[in-house]
Amino acid sequence: MILSVRDLKVSFRTNDGLVRAIDGVSFDLEESEILGVVGESGSGKTVSLLAVMGLITDPNASIEGSIRYKGRELVGLPARELRRLRGNEIAMIFQDPMTALTPVYTIGWQIAEQIRAHQNISKAKAMERVEELLAEVNFPNPHEAMSRYPHQLSGGMRQRAVIAMALSCNPALLVADEPTTALDVTVQAGILDLVRKLRATHKSAVVFITHDMGVVSELADRVMVMYAGRVVERGSRMELFSAPQHPYTRALLGSIPPLTGEKPRRLPAIPGSPPSLLRLPQGCAFGPRCPVHYEPCVTGKPGLGGGTHAAACFRVAQA
Amino acid sequence: MFYAILRRFGQMLFVMFGISVIVFLIFFATPGADPAARIAGRNASPEVLEAVRHSFGFDRPLYVQYVKMMEKIFVTGDLTSFVNRGWKVVPAVMDSIPVTLSLVFGAAILWVVVSIIIGIVAAATRDSWLDKLLMALGLLGISMPVYWLGEVMNLITQSRYHDSWAFSWVPPLGYKNFSDDPKGWFLTLVIPWITLAILYIGIYGRVLRAAIIESLQEDFIRTARAKGLSETRILLRHALRTSLIAFVTLFGLDFGALVGGSALLTEVVFGLHGIGKLTYDALQNLDLPMIMATVMYASMFVVIANAVVDFVYILLDPRLRTS
Repeated sequence: MILSVRDLKVSFRTNDGLVRAIDGVSFDLEESEILGVVGESGSGKTVSLLAVMGLITDPNASIEGSIRYKGRELVGLPARELRRLRGNEIAMIFQDPMTALTPVYTIGWQIAEQIRAHQNISKAKAMERVEELLAEVNFPNPHEAMSRYPHQLSGGMRQRAVIAMALSCNPALLVADEPTTALDVTVQAGILDLVRKLRATHKSAVVFITHDMGVVSELADRVMVMYAGRVVERGSRMELFSAPQHPYTRALLGSIPPLTGEKPRRLPAIPGSPPSLLRLPQGCAFGPRCPVHYEPCVTGKPGLGGGTHAAACFRVAQA
Repeated sequence: MFYAILRRFGQMLFVMFGISVIVFLIFFATPGADPAARIAGRNASPEVLEAVRHSFGFDRPLYVQYVKMMEKIFVTGDLTSFVNRGWKVVPAVMDSIPVTLSLVFGAAILWVVVSIIIGIVAAATRDSWLDKLLMALGLLGISMPVYWLGEVMNLITQSRYHDSWAFSWVPPLGYKNFSDDPKGWFLTLVIPWITLAILYIGIYGRVLRAAIIESLQEDFIRTARAKGLSETRILLRHALRTSLIAFVTLFGLDFGALVGGSALLTEVVFGLHGIGKLTYDALQNLDLPMIMATVMYASMFVVIANAVVDFVYILLDPRLRTS
């Protein structure tokens, strides 16, 4: 087990009251497994992974629960210890490659900086390693690319540089926060191939955050669907796509246009919009938008059952 | 990059030419005033007036006048002040340049170093009592007028506490040449440096703090954290480095203006005969050739300072190198 998250709760103090961004999220990750985390904006997928990285620096945030990396508790770990893991054993790829790199340094310098933060090697050795890494993420001319500044590279190339940086210390866990969202579809496909290949060569476990069901269906071994700070369904890719249980998951899948057969005149959409985390509805947070809600949904919060495939829904529990 | 610098240098020359033309036109082609009479000064005899008219070419077309004027300032350097009875203008300017440069350079080093330290410390400890204290002190520094501060400094170091151990080293007011007496040069300038720097330390410290805090919000800072870098390294190598651009802009403008004569108040308070004092006296006496020369000199420094800022930009920000 690489990562084990139990009952993670993240809340922020704001002027309007306490915002519970993550409310009791639990999941496990095995070695070289790809976990897809799906959800709308504001569903808490990014915040939960930032909590894993220890990157929630907001002084108004409070983090409860347990995050165990290889059996070691990360919540409450001193900053110095956490820094030793970050970038070294746990690496992260960010959403927007346009702004994720410091504009005033070459990408070679920036990757070498990370290597040298964790390994005691000479600058020249680090640069050799950078060249290997850039070749590995398919830079056509890695040696030349090292001396390029971020603004001289295209979005896809920048994202490759960010990935090379994340891989530089052979992390056991790679967290990718919507790494393809800001990119063209063709570039996107290249990046997904790369993630797959790297999982195979580096044996890294990957948490892949996205709101794109298509990406998940291509890449993930297991999938976790989030809504309003909670996990509403989890299961293997096969289970989730062939037999979705939660009404939200079904609605998400239903809003993907079919490739074959007659196209609907209008794509089905989920009515309403995600609730404000400040004013969550009573009971099930998805209740007001749910086509099949009934009395129990208002009075109680449905829990996520055990087993590999589970959904947090009273209807499912009832059936 | 070499080409970019060369082009910037060309632009600089062009701007300076433009300024010289405008300054010339303002002084010598303003309708309804006889420049010869103004150059010759009040109560000049007709002979002097005639000599001035001939020597500046006022009996000839405007462009000849311009060329003659520039020749007097830059080539022969024999522009003469009539108000001050034959005082050569160019040597007078040349004599004041080291004074002003000494004053402004020393103060600039002081304010850059101190304000960078203050900006970093305040940004690193933002919202703490230390940050609040530093920013309050900065505001205090900005609020104190330099002539008042200078007089208070003089009161303390020259009279009230001059005999105490703390200030007995302070020499009397005035300027000592660096080549004659390096130690005296340094000692006479310490108090003026501090006085002039305090205002700018306040401004620059506050500006840098704001810029660092702003760049700490950037995505690449989160990347730097995710890389496992130490907070100190993130602050110095990533946040500070990207914040220096605003700082350099401000510095270029202020430095150019100060060398160009804006340090007048400090110069007067401390009895330093620099460019500011020279310009001020020339204005008092309506000494047209002297005003012309100091204005040309001041604008030259503003233009040079701006060009230097542009070069530093290119060094600081690789995004500006390609074009």
